[in-house]
Amino acid sequence: MNQIPEVIRTIPLEYYLFFSAALFSIGVIGVLTRRNAIIIFMCVELMLNAVNLLLTALASYRGDASAQVFVFFIMAVAAAEVCVGLAIIVMTYRNIRSTDVQLLNYLKW
Amino acid sequence: MTSIILLSVFGIANLFIGFMKSKRILLPLAILFLIVVFGVNLLSWNDTQSYFNNMLTIDNYAVAFTGIMVLTTLLLVPFSQRYVNEKDSNLAEYYSLLLFSLVGAIMMVSYENMLMLFVGIEILSIAMYVVAGSNKKSLRSNEAALKYFLMGAFFTGILLFGIVMIYGATGTFNITEIGAAQIATGGVMNSMFILGLLLVVIGISFKISAAPFHFWTPDVYEGAPTFFTAFMSTVVKTAGVAAFFKLMAAAFAASYAAWFPTMIAITVLTLVVGNIGAVVQGSAKRMLAYSSISHAGYLLMSLIAFNESSASSILFYSLSYATASIAAFGVLMLVADQKGSEKYEAFNGLGRTNPLLAFAMTVSMLSLAGIPLTAGFFAKFFVFSAVLQDSSLMWLVIIAVILAAVGIYYYFRVVIAMYMQPADNYEKIRVGSFASFTLIFITVLTILLGIAPALVSDIL
Repeated sequence: MNQIPEVIRTIPLEYYLFFSAALFSIGVIGVLTRRNAIIIFMCVELMLNAVNLLLTALASYRGDASAQVFVFFIMAVAAAEVCVGLAIIVMTYRNIRSTDVQLLNYLKW
Repeated sequence: MTSIILLSVFGIANLFIGFMKSKRILLPLAILFLIVVFGVNLLSWNDTQSYFNNMLTIDNYAVAFTGIMVLTTLLLVPFSQRYVNEKDSNLAEYYSLLLFSLVGAIMMVSYENMLMLFVGIEILSIAMYVVAGSNKKSLRSNEAALKYFLMGAFFTGILLFGIVMIYGATGTFNITEIGAAQIATGGVMNSMFILGLLLVVIGISFKISAAPFHFWTPDVYEGAPTFFTAFMSTVVKTAGVAAFFKLMAAAFAASYAAWFPTMIAITVLTLVVGNIGAVVQGSAKRMLAYSSISHAGYLLMSLIAFNESSASSILFYSLSYATASIAAFGVLMLVADQKGSEKYEAFNGLGRTNPLLAFAMTVSMLSLAGIPLTAGFFAKFFVFSAVLQDSSLMWLVIIAVILAAVGIYYYFRVVIAMYMQPADNYEKIRVGSFASFTLIFITVLTILLGIAPALVSDIL
């Protein structure tokens, strides 16, 4: 089992960095352009997983367990967020029969 | 630490007590819980301790802000009396969610590690997503919850990416060590660190609704039930600003030059958007939402002053803003329940029908506007004098004073409506005994702090 950090280290750190940044950007672009609440939500999860990936890579490069622990916290919090988020989306769906965020425009400035 | 444990236990206990048929016991019990937590919290004064392998530190800063947040919740809870009589309200759950989110707020003011900051923000926010949508049948409440949730989760992702970038640059999550790492490199920072710093600033700016990340605030504050709007605009903002200042002071003091231009732009933009936005609103609730943006701007001013009086000016400003806001939202809630409208016109004739409500509202409006003899005046005074220690920031104070004068316009619209506009019907609004007592208490506190600000301003 202790070979996994070594396997991770066979790829240069920059690759992880750029891959995570790309994944994160895809998530950001998805949140900003999509209209379906569930897809927006999936894009948010993509952003969080980009963070997780980068943390794992950094942790094995630095040999520091605290970043690995951070990953677990992010997973747990993301799971809690999924619970609440999907409940909110379902509640909205029951009222407007859609998950399109642009249909919800009762509040305007 | 004891307050965190007690709040968690009380929150769970509250859920079980909710099984009972009668809801009448819940409100006195919630008040009792909060009083106990408030007292226990004060026991940690001048007794700095670290917990969880130095991930949380309860120092005087944390105790003072915890005190304010618990007190704010304590003053807010009596206004939930309307839910006692409502059939399909889940009072026990509401109280529990408030208690649980206070746990997150306490973690946000006592963290010593980025992990605790993240967990604290999430504990606070997830509870807020739920309560924003607690009025399940109302489409506006649904929309508020969905907007808040999607935006909140999005900016949590941004905050996290920033934290990871900073970890990549410095190799630690501990805020003191992050600060030391920059001093070790002689203040030279690589682009990874700068990017992380920027993303963290954006993530927290969203939580305290600083412009340009404020766009969700008016919508969410208007759509959410007023009771929870009051909580969001006081406790969440206090926790966010306190966490922000702690982060900047402990972790990014050495890179002051790097974040100062960004922060000053955010502050000026927040002040302008908040005050100008509030002027054009027709709804008092939406005006209060914009006013909370503008107060975030004043709070950020004392953050960018960044000297030894910043912490105490943030503390005093939070206290005066929170108490005045609670009174304003509380009266708005009572009026809106009766009249079915949150517009300025709903306040017409309140001075004649309910002198107490009108007086409490007037004092809180004066305090929010920063008129002398109220707490709000000294709050603004301390912030401005903290900024003026650096005389090159004179222009910022001038802008802030002009915008504060704009603020007087929209706050006084409410006062004028209450005392000078004729109403259609002069029906007295029924106010519960807890709520009237709280309003009197807030009014006395606001005036007391306006006469003797040294009671609070010197403790940090």
